[in-house]
Amino acid sequence: MEKFTTHTGVAAPLQRSAVDTDQIIPAVYLKRVTKTGFEDALFANWRQDPDFVLNQERYRNASVLVAGPDFGTGSSREHAVWALRDYGFRAVLSPKFADIFRGNAGKQGLVTGVVAEPDIERIWAAIAAQPGAQITVDLQARTATLGELQVGFEIDDYTRWRLLEGFDDIGLTLRNEARIAAYEAHRAGWRPRTLPVQPQPAD
Amino acid sequence: MSTPASVIPDHPRTLAEKVWDDHVVVKGEDGQPDLIYIDLHLVHEVTSPQAFDGLRAEGRGVRRLDLTIATEDHNTPTLDIDKPIADLTSRTQIETLRRNAEEFGVRLHSLGDKDQGIVHVVGPQLGLTMPGITVVCGDSHTSTHGAFGAMAFGIGTSEVEHVLATQTLPLKPFKTMAITVEGELRPGVTAKDVILAVIAKIGTNGGQGYVLEYRGSAIRSLSMEGRMTMCNMSIEAGARAGMVAPDEKTFAYLKGRPHAPSGRDWDEAVAYWRTLPSDEGAVYDAEVFIDAAELEPFVTWGTNPGQGVSLSGVVPAPEQFTDPNERAAAERALQYMDLQAGTPLKDVRVDAVFMGSCTNSRIEDLRAFASIVRGRRKADGVRVMVVPGSARVRLEAEAEGLDTVFTEFGAEWRFAGCSMCLGMNPDQLAPGERCASTSNRNFEGRQGKGGRTHLVSPLVAAATAVRGTLSSPSDLDDTADRVGAANQAKAV
Ligand code: SF4
Repeated sequence: MEKFTTHTGVAAPLQRSAVDTDQIIPAVYLKRVTKTGFEDALFANWRQDPDFVLNQERYRNASVLVAGPDFGTGSSREHAVWALRDYGFRAVLSPKFADIFRGNAGKQGLVTGVVAEPDIERIWAAIAAQPGAQITVDLQARTATLGELQVGFEIDDYTRWRLLEGFDDIGLTLRNEARIAAYEAHRAGWRPRTLPVQPQPAD
Repeated sequence: MSTPASVIPDHPRTLAEKVWDDHVVVKGEDGQPDLIYIDLHLVHEVTSPQAFDGLRAEGRGVRRLDLTIATEDHNTPTLDIDKPIADLTSRTQIETLRRNAEEFGVRLHSLGDKDQGIVHVVGPQLGLTMPGITVVCGDSHTSTHGAFGAMAFGIGTSEVEHVLATQTLPLKPFKTMAITVEGELRPGVTAKDVILAVIAKIGTNGGQGYVLEYRGSAIRSLSMEGRMTMCNMSIEAGARAGMVAPDEKTFAYLKGRPHAPSGRDWDEAVAYWRTLPSDEGAVYDAEVFIDAAELEPFVTWGTNPGQGVSLSGVVPAPEQFTDPNERAAAERALQYMDLQAGTPLKDVRVDAVFMGSCTNSRIEDLRAFASIVRGRRKADGVRVMVVPGSARVRLEAEAEGLDTVFTEFGAEWRFAGCSMCLGMNPDQLAPGERCASTSNRNFEGRQGKGGRTHLVSPLVAAATAVRGTLSSPSDLDDTADRVGAANQAKAV
């Protein structure tokens, strides 16, 4: 997983609350068999509306989403995070996230910063005054800065540490590689092995 | 013993604690999870594609190919298995698994192979599932394997990737619940009836966060197949896993299977397995007692596995439920199921009978079903499907002539797979159709959009297929001998 310290990119305002994972990625896209390539699926229904924020030229390359409260509610599908990531988002700011979505995001390197609701509205106002402006998300300092405006955000220490270090769950576990190998060295011989394939009785 | 004992605690431990303790690679501190070693990873086509894709993206491989095995089950057709799969999504998932298995070197049993079948039937049949091991699979019914005294539970796709890459999982210990079933089961009462009664008693969330350990004389009297049926449905009570302590039946079932230990390994294994049952005085976080003698054949009337009653009873009225959520759920369920409160369940007519799924598709289940339908004709207008859990079960059944029993009865004899348990393949109910099913989930639309499911045992499924209405074998004329025989064998 890529390390995240600071990121600067276009901020897209998503002025809606309770954006559920069905909106982030509709169920029909769940049939795919890959873990990447979901950029076209992101907000697929909303994107049919030419006025939708991501259809506006200046937000097309946005990488920081500034959303209303209760972002990511509904089904636990990890695809919601994959779609945001594949589209190019590195961070989402919202006054409140659904827990499972936050957990999934942390595993995929997507920053979920909890910003007080009045501050979210200030960011929206700043974007409205300067559409297409860049925002800087500083994970070390836990701040988001857009021009003159700087607001703080919350993210739990453990997730922040993992993102700063670029550790996904597997990466973290593999830091214990030596201990896994030591455990394996002592496993009993009777424990099951799928290989080599044993000769089977004739039928 | 064989496993490096971290520190053997001196307090009495439960079966689940013993297996857990033996698999701790890194003990979690300050509320962090333990890192647990996984002995056996079962893989199928639905929950693995993104896991392999994730490995590929990070340039990782499968850490232990020798602890990993894959099979095709959820999407496989049960007819014309030599033809290309018609449904595009199903075909893509299966082809993707084949490609991934090839690329990463995972052993795969494909459609047409003798060891293809439902992942939870294949593991025990090969002798890969054994006492005291940890088993995971991207499928909630992995709890089935707990029947051997293994710690077995379902995981999500990112955990599948984690196990493929590291052969471990970070986990917090589960709580333990003892479910003690004492006494003798009445004739015609099977493991399926016991577990349906357990779920009705503790509720579909009653087991949340727990490993259920089934104990008591009634559980000891069950065959391995019966124990698998019980553990299989632990998840329907919300539990992470179900377990039964290994005993002589467990060892006898395993001995001589292709992957079971042999020679000195066997002796060492059995000696270790004998240490696994819960210690005298071990403390569980919760306990439930059930009197086996009070149990009757059970059937669900609603749309979750906890909505069940004795088959001799009536459809309950929503007003009977004091909890407002349960009452509302009952109202919705009755509407979906098109049932009137107060109707005797035995008056309920079915359109289909499904004999199969990882709950009840092993050879003993098929034998139990056959013991009732042998020499009879199915009721007019009822469609009866018998789907073996694995290709090997199919061969075994054919060797015993059960296929003839089924086809003479008027049932369809199919190839192995999940089939109408979830209808990812073409085996589905039509809207409004009612089915007596030996599977494990009666959720709305589970067996096909608008389909209505009543969960039952193989014996009840068979009697229902004969009469066309929900029935137990005792409702059939002149069957005392057959029921007796089925029960004596403690078939299911
Ligand atoms: S038979 Fe049904 S419950 Fe079992 S693995 Fe297949 S789909 Fe899941």
